[in-house]
Amino acid sequence: MNTIAVNTAHSEPRDFLCLEETHPHNGTLLGFWLYLMSDCFIFAALFACNAVLGTSYAGGPSAHDLFDLPGLALNTALLLVSSVTFGFAMLEMARQRKRAMLGWLAVSGLLAACFVGLEIHEFMTMIAAGAGPGRSAFLSSFFTLVGTHGLHVTVGVIWLVVLMVQLGKHGFTEANRRRLMCLSMFWHFLDLVWVGVFSYVYLVGVLR
Amino acid sequence: MPDRPAIWNFLLGRLSLSSLPLDNMIVIWTFVGVALGGAVVLGAITYYRQWGYLWNEWFTSVDHKKLGVMYMVLGTVMLLRGFADALLMRSQQAVAFGSNMGYLPPHHYDQIFSAHGAIMIFFVAMPYIAGFMNFVMPLQIGARDVAFPFLNNFSFWLTVSGVVLFMTSLFVGDFSHAGWLGMPPVSELRQSPGPGVDYYIWGLQLSGLGTLLTGINFVVTVLKMRAPGMTLMKMPMFTWTTLCTSGLIVVTFPILTATLFLLSLDRYIGTHFFTTGFGGNVMMYVNLIWVWGHPEVYILILPMFGLYSEIVPTFSGKRLFGYSSMVYATASIMLLSYLVWLHHFFTMGSGADVNSFFALTTMMISIPTGVKIFNWLFTMYRGRVHFTVPMLWTMGFLITFPIGGMTGVMLAVAPADFLLHNSLFLVAHFHNVIIGGVVFGVFAGINYWFPKAFGFKLDEFWGKLSFWFWQIGFWVAFSPLYVLGLMGVTRRLSHFTDPSLQIWFIIAAFGAFLILLGILSFVMQIYVSIRRRDELAVGNDPWGARTLEWSTSSPPPPYNFAFIPRVHDRDAWTDMKKHGYQRPLEGFNDIHMPKNSGAGVLLAALGTIFGFAMVWYIWWLAAVSFVALIACAIAHTFNYDRDTHISAQEVARFEQHTGNWEPKAQGATA
Repeated sequence: MNTIAVNTAHSEPRDFLCLEETHPHNGTLLGFWLYLMSDCFIFAALFACNAVLGTSYAGGPSAHDLFDLPGLALNTALLLVSSVTFGFAMLEMARQRKRAMLGWLAVSGLLAACFVGLEIHEFMTMIAAGAGPGRSAFLSSFFTLVGTHGLHVTVGVIWLVVLMVQLGKHGFTEANRRRLMCLSMFWHFLDLVWVGVFSYVYLVGVLR
Repeated sequence: MPDRPAIWNFLLGRLSLSSLPLDNMIVIWTFVGVALGGAVVLGAITYYRQWGYLWNEWFTSVDHKKLGVMYMVLGTVMLLRGFADALLMRSQQAVAFGSNMGYLPPHHYDQIFSAHGAIMIFFVAMPYIAGFMNFVMPLQIGARDVAFPFLNNFSFWLTVSGVVLFMTSLFVGDFSHAGWLGMPPVSELRQSPGPGVDYYIWGLQLSGLGTLLTGINFVVTVLKMRAPGMTLMKMPMFTWTTLCTSGLIVVTFPILTATLFLLSLDRYIGTHFFTTGFGGNVMMYVNLIWVWGHPEVYILILPMFGLYSEIVPTFSGKRLFGYSSMVYATASIMLLSYLVWLHHFFTMGSGADVNSFFALTTMMISIPTGVKIFNWLFTMYRGRVHFTVPMLWTMGFLITFPIGGMTGVMLAVAPADFLLHNSLFLVAHFHNVIIGGVVFGVFAGINYWFPKAFGFKLDEFWGKLSFWFWQIGFWVAFSPLYVLGLMGVTRRLSHFTDPSLQIWFIIAAFGAFLILLGILSFVMQIYVSIRRRDELAVGNDPWGARTLEWSTSSPPPPYNFAFIPRVHDRDAWTDMKKHGYQRPLEGFNDIHMPKNSGAGVLLAALGTIFGFAMVWYIWWLAAVSFVALIACAIAHTFNYDRDTHISAQEVARFEQHTGNWEPKAQGATA
């Protein structure tokens, strides 16, 4: 009781309200970051499986027998270059040049589509050779990790096409710029994951 | 596949008339009861022409307060379902001795304990905490809504999708009998060829996605939308725990998604992650599921810790003791919860050094938790404690929960765990912390915030009755399980041979009956309070509380605050009251608000259809619903017009009617 009395005695009028309309910060980019981090945990679980099951060949083919590293180098190059071209698209967005931006986006999308195409080809070849996901735990974890990444890239391409339509229709509105920013983060994130897949699953895979 | 013309197999997958459990009288009578009850409810809504109201004001609402209330209703409905399972198990174990096999065959009993555990965690506790966080947190930080209001609505409906699949499994096909975590190899296709595990997987995948989106939404809301002046260390404790729990959700639910995804690959396309042959590793699943599963129990308890931290100061008439230590304790529990998962299977054989590490981290969690307990006690010490219903639940928690915590420390001793692993001692321990911590917290919170949500208090008599039945019933039901567990009785048994054990199970069944009375008293409390709502009506701040949610009307207007508050002190509302704050009655601005949307209901419904089709191998339906789901999601992004506004006149009309924070009905407050 005493404390309240003391405080009241010392109090001066305080402004308890924001009288003009306030606009809270837009949280979409932070939210998307959080989504990417959560996605990172999905990949972490899949990487952990690959680490544990990566040599469980069950009498079947090993990583050394299966992986075609030169083909993979091409695949990796496609994806990494698509990240660079996506960066060019973002620069064009900053310069407000719509046609150039759409062009670079299209190039990025095509490169990513080629990446997915090559990956499907790789999977088909392996399955035809009797090394499908049901052959051994090693192959289960390989197909799941690489396939999940490929699925993400596919989703990225679909998203890219949708966003190109929306950008063409509405131009550089605030909402569209924010969406492109999110897709850009998604794109680079998938590149980073691929660097992990390439180094760990493929390179370490053929060595162990 | 059933033996019939191929066209039927194409159209219905493996679904057939024999999938309906027509040979099980218990299920048939349950179905009759549910169907009749459902028909009455649906009929009443139609008769009173309430569908439009429900659709426009509730189902499509993006208002965090309405979503919060809907989560609470969902949790309560599923509490009744999960508790019915508990009663079945307790009565079976009380009679199934010697030549008496009880009334539940093992196959059915196994489904019941699996459903009980999964439902109680995913569809009772999770909706309840999501409900509290939804309703309270934006109000506490002085915001008008969450960061992503549409996503919030979508999350809720995804949770409902999971509930729909779980409930469908009761009457179409069967449920998983692989425990609440679906442990392989029992949950693999060879051991569980039926649809039960698939129902479990798809139900959890849908609701898990909803939970993840909620987690992201709330982290962004707390970090970006706090009222000016509310620094992190001025946030109310409940908001702090919401932040920590949401952070935990973001880093753990993806692991659950990935783990169940791998299990479904094993079941659908024949991979070998967790099989016993071809290099599969069962313990991989056990590790992964507990990497999610242990933080999950802290996801449940942290918001409750926050809620007690609001209730204790309010009813002690004092500031929370040791606010900063409370914040650091919460944060360290959050971090430590990620480092203890292996204590669920010390018996794996990972060696003394690994077991020691996880035993030590587990014991360390009791330190910040102890800090919290002492902080609450010191808040009450020399305070003027009001023995209201929320405070009774809180004191019940303060007595019950630490005992459960101490048996947890006993289980953390790895050598002791080799004896107690999978025993009824463990069952008693986790019920002790989850009922004593989470369930008591839920009832404390419902009694505390109900007047804010609806403008009238809950009836005290039935509330106290409910408390005492639960409190006593809990100890009568679970003390015998501690005793039995120490004697070596393992969990999940539907029949016993040693007649000397029976007395303990009979006592436990009686305890469950007392808890039943507690639940019925709670239902009665709600009913009586709604009938007497005019007598029980109270003002905006019936408890003399300390945080911002009590500064606005009860129930709050759609926009929460006509003017966003400016915060100067930790107990912002106490500070405002102390300085003679008067709610303004003029000078309002137009307020921007998000528009309602039916897209969440539609997307979640398509998700439910997809899940059902996958469970029954109806591939064409799965493909169609999946494509429709993607198409609708894309179409939704073409809608740029998502805002609406409430005009200054409307705000003025509302504020001038209910304007002052003085209690409406004098004398109703303490």
